[in-house]
Amino acid sequence: MKNSLVLVSLLLGFTLLAVAQGGTILLNAAGATFPYPMYSKWFNVYHQLHPNIQINYQSIGSGGGIRQVMAGTVDFGASDGPMSDDQIAEFKKARGMGILHFPTVLGAAVPSYNIPGVSGTLNFSQKALAGIYLGTITKWNDPEITKQNPGVNLPSADIVVVHRSDGSGTTYIWTDFLSKASEEWKNKVGKGTSVNWPVGLGGKGNEGVSGLVKQTPDAIGYIELIYALQNNIDFGTVQNAAGKYIKASLAGVTAAAAGAAKNMPDDFRVSITNAPGPTAYPISSFTWLLIPENIPDATKRDAIKGFLKWMMTEGQKDTESLSYAPLPKPVVAKELKAISLIK
Amino acid sequence: MTKLRMIWRKSLNYFMLTLTGVAALGVVSVLFLILGYLIFNGGSSLNLNFFTKLPVPVGETGGGMANAIVGSLKLLFLAAVMGLPVGLIAGIYLAEFGGKTFSFIIRYTTDLLNGVPSIVIGIFAYSIAVLPVKHFSTLAGGVALGIMVIPITVRSTEEFLKSVPRSMREAAMALGASKSKTILTVVLPAASAGVLTGMLLALARVAGETAPLLFTAFSNQFWSPGWGQPVASLPVMIYTYAIAPYDDWHRQAWAAGLVLLLLVLIANVGTRLLLTGRGATRSA
Amino acid sequence: MSSAQTTIDHSAAPLPSGGSRTFLRRWLEGDEVAHVVTLIFAAGILLLTSMLVWELWVNSHLSRARFGWDFFWTKTWDPIFDHFGAAPFIYGTLVTSVVSLIIAVPLGLAAAIFLAELAPRKFSDTVAFLIDLLAAVPSVIYGLLGIFIVVPLMRTTIGPFLKSTLGFLPIFQGPNYGVGFLTASIVLAIMIVPYIISVSREVLLTVPREQREAALAMGATRWEATWQAVVPWARTGIMGSVFLALARALGETMAVTMVIGNDPKIAASLFAPGYTIAAVIANEFTEATGDLYLSALIELGLVLFLMTFILNGLARLLILATERGGGRPA
Repeated sequence: MKNSLVLVSLLLGFTLLAVAQGGTILLNAAGATFPYPMYSKWFNVYHQLHPNIQINYQSIGSGGGIRQVMAGTVDFGASDGPMSDDQIAEFKKARGMGILHFPTVLGAAVPSYNIPGVSGTLNFSQKALAGIYLGTITKWNDPEITKQNPGVNLPSADIVVVHRSDGSGTTYIWTDFLSKASEEWKNKVGKGTSVNWPVGLGGKGNEGVSGLVKQTPDAIGYIELIYALQNNIDFGTVQNAAGKYIKASLAGVTAAAAGAAKNMPDDFRVSITNAPGPTAYPISSFTWLLIPENIPDATKRDAIKGFLKWMMTEGQKDTESLSYAPLPKPVVAKELKAISLIK
Repeated sequence: MTKLRMIWRKSLNYFMLTLTGVAALGVVSVLFLILGYLIFNGGSSLNLNFFTKLPVPVGETGGGMANAIVGSLKLLFLAAVMGLPVGLIAGIYLAEFGGKTFSFIIRYTTDLLNGVPSIVIGIFAYSIAVLPVKHFSTLAGGVALGIMVIPITVRSTEEFLKSVPRSMREAAMALGASKSKTILTVVLPAASAGVLTGMLLALARVAGETAPLLFTAFSNQFWSPGWGQPVASLPVMIYTYAIAPYDDWHRQAWAAGLVLLLLVLIANVGTRLLLTGRGATRSA
Repeated sequence: MSSAQTTIDHSAAPLPSGGSRTFLRRWLEGDEVAHVVTLIFAAGILLLTSMLVWELWVNSHLSRARFGWDFFWTKTWDPIFDHFGAAPFIYGTLVTSVVSLIIAVPLGLAAAIFLAELAPRKFSDTVAFLIDLLAAVPSVIYGLLGIFIVVPLMRTTIGPFLKSTLGFLPIFQGPNYGVGFLTASIVLAIMIVPYIISVSREVLLTVPREQREAALAMGATRWEATWQAVVPWARTGIMGSVFLALARALGETMAVTMVIGNDPKIAASLFAPGYTIAAVIANEFTEATGDLYLSALIELGLVLFLMTFILNGLARLLILATERGGGRPA
């Protein structure tokens, strides 16, 4: 008798836990790891401003964001590789509606490395990066690398290439750049969120790649700028379209977005890698939230729209502290209008 | 037999026997190494924050795993509610009622289910508990873990029921009790220690499972109300934090690993002590 | 439980013996109901497992139709061009499992021999229990230790040692990253050794004393008696434990994915990064954009299921053979 009483009260307690949070609006989102430090900060701050709105964001990679928003298991997704026309058509077929892209911030993918005995900033030419990831350049003291770094004592060690093991928008940005930088890469591997890598170890998420680079001597990996900064991982300059060697920074990323800011397409899908201009950082990118066009639940829809509005105005003030560049003003103006497309 | 050959045989004898002792010692010391390493790295991170706070934004420190601890408890609760009764009753069938061929089929299928890799169970739980309702949930995670609990419970229930001496059953039947009454009032209580420990061990086993939760319970940086939302769990958090570069996350992963390991070890040691108290020994 | 002092109630029914009156009485006394209810639950397990296999089969349809048997030996895994093949993952799964067995079986058998033959019974029971605890440690914790202990150890100590001594073998050539096939195999070996020890020890304990005593009586040393008379008797049971351990190693997910390097390539060197079926499913399932991609992953799950199914069956048969008829002398 006593035991069943205990059991019943436990059950009641658990069900109460279920009902207790009646007034909270719970949103689930998933996707890109590239902007994850920014998003986790935003969703945290937003929750403090609006305690009844909880946005649970899981950074599983852009591929995951696209997949889960297509399957409808999350309320919205996030990706740094815009959805392709095929994927948008697939979404329409699966869910019977369109999908909208909303840029959130600008970020940079940097070539980070961990070479024992070498500190400071290395210069990477476009040829060098393509060669390393193609597997044609295998040692750190390869002439293509030493040419750009006179005076640096690069070892003759094998380069440990690290890439993403999961479907990644950061991979999309990186391979998009490499496809523009190298014909051979474009034909052999191509660009996408998940490619057939010629060489290298796979890490899960920006987090996994950073972890591998940090712990593996002679490693090189592409990660978002903030991951390199937060974990004190060295990263190098990259040769841009104008031939200059630029280190990722807010200025470089904003310069890369300048052209797109003026000529932003209506669906906001644009690539700004290898952008023209002497100061542009060549591996920059927008990153997007993927919002379905129709959200039947009114409270969820208003919550999402409210967040978007906040993100584009107030939220933009926090970006620089995490080394993401804020959205250009013309883009924000265009986006605020586009919010009304969510029905 | 030449003296040389004798010496060779004797030395080989000592050498090989010592080797086996070294092997056994080595394997046992791995256990203490694991425990020691976890305590060393995780013990210092086991502060109040760990047990009471939610995760904080990426790169900041001071966060905790309160939601993951509660999440794991909720998942275990669901696994127990869904899986243990099935395992118990099926075990009763096999021990008390089973016909020869049907029992063999059931036993074989149970062994089969036991051998299915947990990631495949995760795929199955995804297709039956996530896709139809279009969202990740605590319930889906509970389903996955519940399925894993069943085969372990069936086997231990059957084993312990069978170990109840025939004389007990026959005495009850001679006094006029029906078969089902005998089972309920005589056999089960006699085997209760073993059956309960089997259940506890099954739960301890699934408490540490990560793979099936990856696409059923997903994860959550907030509290997960009710049963229909994604939920954080200790194993998934350990995995997420371990592969990341942040030192603070590493420390939390060690701490979570220590908590998880201690829970599992306490369950295993506790149940074994309970059993040896009753004179029964269990094979792995 | 009723007290043993009650007088026998002669009006109650004797043990059932068939016939419609007794059937009714049994029904009324709940036996038939109990039988049916427990039967339903037992059958439920059958239903559950069938559903599982069915779901795997149906959801992998796209991939099976597209690739057919070629799926097994296609080496590319290319989500962009929708070209999927299982070869690198089957290779990785088999290599890590086999190498882990090569490490774990001698170790486990030696320990089991010590515990069954040499150690005093109580000591042996305690140590065996401690080793059983190793089997209870969750996989993700092994992964945690793998990342922070085994990987650096491989990179700084084990790898260079193997290279300097056995570097002429192709399996020990090439760059040593710390993660890779060998690291995963070592972690797996630690995880499966308790299974080998536990089952082997029990099987060895069932070998009749006469075997050992006969050998000793003929002048064998302790080791000779053990190795030549006792162990062969338990041969089939030990083989069974190996199969069991192998089945466990095949399905291991978390610990492996954290230390194997996640590269779907077939390489000769054990230092190279690789991929296993379980690891790729864990990494790519939530993000397989495209139905063919997802279907290919589920087909991999089906392949893994079949592998463990066959192995578990063999293991059960072998252990059963030892328990039933006893071992056969060498």
